[in-house]
Amino acid sequence: MDQVVVSAGDTAWVLASSALVLLMTPGLAFFYGGMVRAKSALNMMMMSMVTIGVVSVLWVIYGFKLAFGYEANSQWYGSFSLSGLGDVVNELTNNGGVYPIPLLVFAAFQLMFAVITPALISGAIADRTKFISWIVFVAIWVTVVYFPVAHWVFGFGNKEGETVTGAGFLASRGVQDFAGGTAVHINAGAAALALAIVLGRRIGWQKSPMRPHSLPLVLLGAGLLWFGWFGFNAGSALGANNIAGLAFINTQVATAGALLGWILMEKIRDGHPTTLGAASGAVAGLVAITPACAFVAPWAAVVIGFIAGVICALAVGLKYKLGYDDALDVVGVHLVGGIIGSLAIGFFGSSAVNSAGLDGIFYGGGTDLLSKQALGVGLVFAYSFVATLIIGYLIEKTIGFRVQSEKELIGVDQTEHAESAYEIGGILKGGR
Amino acid sequence: MKLITAIIKPGKFDEVKTALRDAGVKGMTVSEVSGVGRQGGHVEVYRGAEYPIDLIQKVRLEILAEDKEVDALIDVIVKTASTGSIGDGKVWTTTVENVVRVRTGEKGETAI
Repeated sequence: MDQVVVSAGDTAWVLASSALVLLMTPGLAFFYGGMVRAKSALNMMMMSMVTIGVVSVLWVIYGFKLAFGYEANSQWYGSFSLSGLGDVVNELTNNGGVYPIPLLVFAAFQLMFAVITPALISGAIADRTKFISWIVFVAIWVTVVYFPVAHWVFGFGNKEGETVTGAGFLASRGVQDFAGGTAVHINAGAAALALAIVLGRRIGWQKSPMRPHSLPLVLLGAGLLWFGWFGFNAGSALGANNIAGLAFINTQVATAGALLGWILMEKIRDGHPTTLGAASGAVAGLVAITPACAFVAPWAAVVIGFIAGVICALAVGLKYKLGYDDALDVVGVHLVGGIIGSLAIGFFGSSAVNSAGLDGIFYGGGTDLLSKQALGVGLVFAYSFVATLIIGYLIEKTIGFRVQSEKELIGVDQTEHAESAYEIGGILKGGR
Repeated sequence: MKLITAIIKPGKFDEVKTALRDAGVKGMTVSEVSGVGRQGGHVEVYRGAEYPIDLIQKVRLEILAEDKEVDALIDVIVKTASTGSIGDGKVWTTTVENVVRVRTGEKGETAI
């Protein structure tokens, strides 16, 4: 193992990917910010931005070790350590085998995933969240939910010779999730459902249309997410290699398929392909291909994307039937898309495209892989949903999670931040 | 005929609108306005500097009503828009000489 030296190419790609994945969170801020009404655009964007702050700090203090430290040799968490990452400066990455990239580069890359996952949840609770309570929620949620779940899914353990210690529960059982269909998207989607239930419906929900205040901002955000997602998926190869190339092309074509699937569904159902539909479809495709991007052939990626586009377009209507106000459809896109992508590996998975992968049903592998995938989907959904309900109600009962109704009507930009997104009133512009 | 003009807090608009609907009002005109009254202004702090703010955002409602329903509608607005704190707004009426419905040319109270 001592003979492994840092690879300049691999390290450069993972560094670049880390920056790409970071960009997704401001991208998400635009995607969500454009979708809410003008009076809560800044609050929506701030929920993403502050997550970058909170999670990055916690990651250095104990987060990385809780997710990827293998000293405790546990399936459920990494290790408890407050070393502040000062002790690993000269180490190589060992995650089920040694990679020729510095451990701190791996830590930076994984940090960006830990940042965007809680930020995704914020879309469900738009227009009505107390900002300080959101900050408290993010800190507790990443500690209790994301860091451990990342260990279950992405923690392949410390490999010394043939001995692996500390591998995660799902990773060691062969559940395939290349870039975070379970750990990121099902996790965030289940939490979004729980928080939508805890906070309750917005005033006027289903009575007034609450249309997006700026669709160009939504498209800007979708574009930044799509761009950054190449780092998310292709960067998860942790090297500049064949698998990264496969993940890259699959990310592109699945997203294209989903964009078309969503607007086709809209055209058939509602008569018009919408801008919001194209943006949501692209994100649904990105979500669905995330777990599968390195395990399926590019043609299969198109099929998975298209299916995700169509089904997610239908799934966003569920909230009206079931009565939960998931404001920006985090459940319909991330939970449903994540489930589609994670289960699709059980059908389209092919050891021919990735020797580390397994054959799914369409490649003669039987239902073994599908049942593993179902285990991953079910466990992450159940844990995240229940844990988030508990955290959410604890915050609601103590410091309060939702603003007073008067503040909600005036708008959380004014009441939580004393700002407004658009200062265009001229002489008529008044204060609060 | 009377024109009822009401200046109210933006946060109360939805409630007032619903209450007026329930009271049988079919039409209204709404605008976002800024103004100053007895509430006066206040000082806001932004980036460490203080700024006097003398104009406050309000919503203006304009409703045409028959003379016999005016008092009841004013009651509805006052009751719903009131929070008891300063800056709740004002309601006033003005006499209207004539109203014409553009589509049909109907005049007077039938055009309301």
